[in-house]
Amino acid sequence: MDATILAQTIVAGLLLGGLYALIGVGMSLVFGVMRIINLAHGDLLMVGMYTTFWLFTSWQIDPYVSVVVSAPLLFLLGMIFQKFLVGPVIRSGAPEESLILLTYGIGLALVNVVQLMFTANYRTLYTPYSTATFFVGGVSISVPLVVAFLLASLISAALYFFLIKTGMGRTIRATAQDRDAAFLMGINVDRIYVVTFAIGAALAGAAGSLFLPLFYASPQVGGPFTLKAFIVTVLGGMGSVMGALVGGIVLGLMESLGATYVNNAYRDVIGFVVFILVLLLRPSGLVGKSKV
Amino acid sequence: MAPPSKTLLISETRAGVLRLGMVMPFVVTMVVLAAVPLVVSDSYFLHLAILLFMWVALGQSWNLLGGYAGQISFGHSAFFGLGAYACGLLFTKAGIPVGFGVLAGGLVSVVAALPIGWICFRLRGPYFSLTILGFSEILRLIVTNWRDLTNGAVGVLFPPVFPSKVPFYFTMLGLAALTTAVCYIVVTSKLGYYFRAIREDEDSAEAMGINAASYKLVALEISAVLTGLVGAVYAAYVAYIDPPGVFSVPDVAIAMVVVAIIGGLGTFVGPLIGAVVVVVLSEVMRTTLGHVHLLVYAAMIMLVVLFMPEGILGFSRRLGRRWRSRVPSIAQQTPGTRGS
Repeated sequence: MDATILAQTIVAGLLLGGLYALIGVGMSLVFGVMRIINLAHGDLLMVGMYTTFWLFTSWQIDPYVSVVVSAPLLFLLGMIFQKFLVGPVIRSGAPEESLILLTYGIGLALVNVVQLMFTANYRTLYTPYSTATFFVGGVSISVPLVVAFLLASLISAALYFFLIKTGMGRTIRATAQDRDAAFLMGINVDRIYVVTFAIGAALAGAAGSLFLPLFYASPQVGGPFTLKAFIVTVLGGMGSVMGALVGGIVLGLMESLGATYVNNAYRDVIGFVVFILVLLLRPSGLVGKSKV
Repeated sequence: MAPPSKTLLISETRAGVLRLGMVMPFVVTMVVLAAVPLVVSDSYFLHLAILLFMWVALGQSWNLLGGYAGQISFGHSAFFGLGAYACGLLFTKAGIPVGFGVLAGGLVSVVAALPIGWICFRLRGPYFSLTILGFSEILRLIVTNWRDLTNGAVGVLFPPVFPSKVPFYFTMLGLAALTTAVCYIVVTSKLGYYFRAIREDEDSAEAMGINAASYKLVALEISAVLTGLVGAVYAAYVAYIDPPGVFSVPDVAIAMVVVAIIGGLGTFVGPLIGAVVVVVLSEVMRTTLGHVHLLVYAAMIMLVVLFMPEGILGFSRRLGRRWRSRVPSIAQQTPGTRGS
């Protein structure tokens, strides 16, 4: 176990963690504002992947450029789901479990629509830089991973400034803090829900575009990503956007260390074990309690 | 242990009335169903009946925990898969007869449910639902990767246990009857009141002296042992199991939720209706729609959540109430009273 392998593992874990943070942030935002665990989150990401795949195979549009298509497309899709499916069920006062089941149904529908359109085959996208690497002091770093990490950080930072600095961001945070008080202050809560769910979906779509040069795509690929997003959300403290960033990095590091030093086959199990330990020892998340 | 509150007793008096009224139809149905293989020998029909009984059994055992004790589990595939693998591995690796394998399936589920319940019940509501789902995924990954013991992703292939479907028909019918009887006995006993008290308000139940943590664990254990037994019999029936199949979240865990919710959550007849609807509909859709049938299944989940959250049973009751209340209101519609 020499230092280079350790450094290699940590770098890979940090970069992967940045990507996990991006999917965790979307789920955490939706949970923080609407108290919904969106089980379709990974499937929305999968739709983002296929959008990118389709743009690339049809018009050779670079996957990183296609973010500007996949994110707005998923934003629209999220708006529709919230307006016509999730919103009415929230207003009917259904228990949280029903909402989870509903999002699960949405996810299943997405999987099957994509499967009908693109078949169940595994898809990979080959770009000239897919396997490119560069070296920093003996540590090899994958170029697409770095680019994805940087773009993911950029998107997370943009979301952070949107939430802190803009009027819409303030109303979203107000709704997250106290739905009823926000409503009494004249905030159109239903509209905030639509915007929030759509932002969550857009983040998943953007993540899908960034992931495609790194991971294969298949209609079934969403499930594991949903679980990872949920783990990140819990690690960071449910509903905390900053927490989700920390949670994503922690999960990425743990998986990477586990894959190197325990067994590559068990990397997902290690994620779950960390998740369960955090639930038991620090149920409010690694960075404590904070809303959005 | 303090008795449950008076209001709960009053609202549940129907359970007492049902006790006599339900045993007779139950016995009659069982006799009729047990006679079916004497008349029908069509293999496809028997297969459908076996699936139907399996989903009745699964729906009932899930409903005990989810419907009555209010603990919505999205991870019952853990117990189904453990039961299936216990039976399969004991039979193929150690030559232990399937009969004992099925019992072992139940036993393994009980043992596994202890730590799983101990951890998951520290969380409430949706956190519980998803943590138990996490356990199901962990088990699936372990079974997939522990190749020496489980053959990994290749799965476990059985030599045929029985040449015909009839023994499985009786076994699954027996399991459906067993789970139904167990749920009935539990639900109409004191334990059932504790479960419902916990479902309605866990903190109030605690305040009245019900140890919510242990009773939730009891509900999970009963539910898990029944699910494990069904999983083991399923393994012997289909004669081939693999990790994505028996530990499947959509095809096993969520399907159990759907069966229980479609019929009517926390009702005794609900899982029976749910199993009939899901098995018949999915079979009809599979044969007529081909690839699209999963899309219809997804639509069905969404429609149930949107339009009949209280299930077919609750939906029909609501329609019935609306219809009954409409009759006198039409009679009263005289010009003087209208709009007052």
